Amino acid sequence: MNRELTCIICPKGCLLRVEGNESDLIATGNACPRGAQYAKQECTNPVRTLTTVLRVSNRCDTMVAVKTLRPIPKAAIPAAMAQLRNITVTAPVSIGDTVLDDLFGSPVVVTKGAE
Amino acid sequence: MTTYDVVVVGGGPAGMAAAIAAYDAGCPRVVILDREPQPGGILMQCIHSGFGLHKLGRELTGPEYAAVYAQEVARRNIPVMTETTVTAITPDRVVTAQNRTGIVMLQAGAVILAMGCRERSRGALRICGTRPAGVYSAGTAQKLINCMGWRAGKRVVILGSGDIGLIMARRMSLEGAKVEAVCEVMPYSGGLTRNIVQCLGDFDIPLYLNTTVVEVHGQMRVEGVTIAQVDEQRRPIPETQRHIPCDTLLLSVGLIPENELTRSMGIPMDPVTGGALVDESCQTALPGIFACGNVLQVHDLVDYVSEEGERAGYGAAAFVQGKSTQSVPLLTQAGANVRYVLPQTISTTEASVSLFFRVTRPMGNVRCVARSGDTLLTSKTCPRVAPGEMERITLTPDMLQCAGHTITVTAEVTE
Repeated sequence: MNRELTCIICPKGCLLRVEGNESDLIATGNACPRGAQYAKQECTNPVRTLTTVLRVSNRCDTMVAVKTLRPIPKAAIPAAMAQLRNITVTAPVSIGDTVLDDLFGSPVVVTKGAE
Repeated sequence: MTTYDVVVVGGGPAGMAAAIAAYDAGCPRVVILDREPQPGGILMQCIHSGFGLHKLGRELTGPEYAAVYAQEVARRNIPVMTETTVTAITPDRVVTAQNRTGIVMLQAGAVILAMGCRERSRGALRICGTRPAGVYSAGTAQKLINCMGWRAGKRVVILGSGDIGLIMARRMSLEGAKVEAVCEVMPYSGGLTRNIVQCLGDFDIPLYLNTTVVEVHGQMRVEGVTIAQVDEQRRPIPETQRHIPCDTLLLSVGLIPENELTRSMGIPMDPVTGGALVDESCQTALPGIFACGNVLQVHDLVDYVSEEGERAGYGAAAFVQGKSTQSVPLLTQAGANVRYVLPQTISTTEASVSLFFRVTRPMGNVRCVARSGDTLLTSKTCPRVAPGEMERITLTPDMLQCAGHTITVTAEVTE
């Protein structure tokens, strides 16, 4: 493998070069260890934190914001969105509440509640 | 009339950080006024992740970042007057506001302006065509979709590749809309590279540089837009015109600091930043009036907004306590390849001062230099710089004492 990618871990956006085979990838260009970890992850199993909003069954014009607590496989994101679209929550909900235990390997938690 | 040590106008990240800092510096009577029902400002609609990495050492969403500060405000029992709009401030710091109880008047020892900014609208762009429904500023669409659950459209063209435009391209895509294109009139994106990768790349959304929207079509609803490439003077090239069918046009074409209150006090403004001229403690030219956050200069990272808010809060507290020093100020100015430098004046040589600046164009292998006359004060090298990413250079007291009347910041390309 010989690939160039931009690190998305922090706003600095280091330009990374990844070389080697799948079991032994070497990244250069990263300013911190998280960049090397990102490069390996991105070349083997790319993951993203998913953030979206859910409807609130007992509130009008109010949405509750949620995120996956951990990044989930990038390829699973369309399916994850489809699953979340069918979920409604009931107020009150608070920041940090879990709305789903397992969405492609991660809990889904509230990031903005509704009173 | 109620008297406060510090009145903070705006309860977003800048205002909350400023209020906390002023309180912690020994001003117990601090109040925050905000026009929205809850503090947090624009963070409340920014549900995406990526906030707080620098300042808090962890990655949060906008509402989570706001909640951290709102808790700190609450822990200090700093009152937040919500749904309260400030309508006037006098130079002797009488703040007039309006809310459901009527007119409120507060006498402030110091005022911190933290009103943030608003979005540039279609009217400022001279786009031809009809005026149908379906043309939104990106931030408005963000509020509709994230706070109220209304997806603004199904087939979308976005004009402007600043971070809000990029974030909305991803958000609309996740909600099932088709984003046909992001057009950027400049030869480079105004957004962070990581956002181009994760908001456009991940969803196969094309980014057309040197391209703008020249006409909007449709009677009741947007039916399409005409895009065209532009020449070096940013004039559309007619032969390159192309029609894209769509029902929605989002505009992410710049933010305007909301400085009506500032101007009404006659405070001198910086025509480049759109904010007030300030010293290193964020004090404007009117003593006791401070400004921080996006109302002072448009930031790309909220972490730096909070830091600026803290500087304003400490500055305001020092003013109230009679500790602020009045010395002959040094001036800063933008030199080669630098668009602006902030603060515009420095009134201390006793403490380190960071100068914040933006470059005029993307460049590689750059040496950023602060000079006073022919004296080099300090420099730092950057592998690459871009207008969308604020840079800083820090001057120590030693350097400030060497400086003459004016300090110039330049960005010099080294080979």
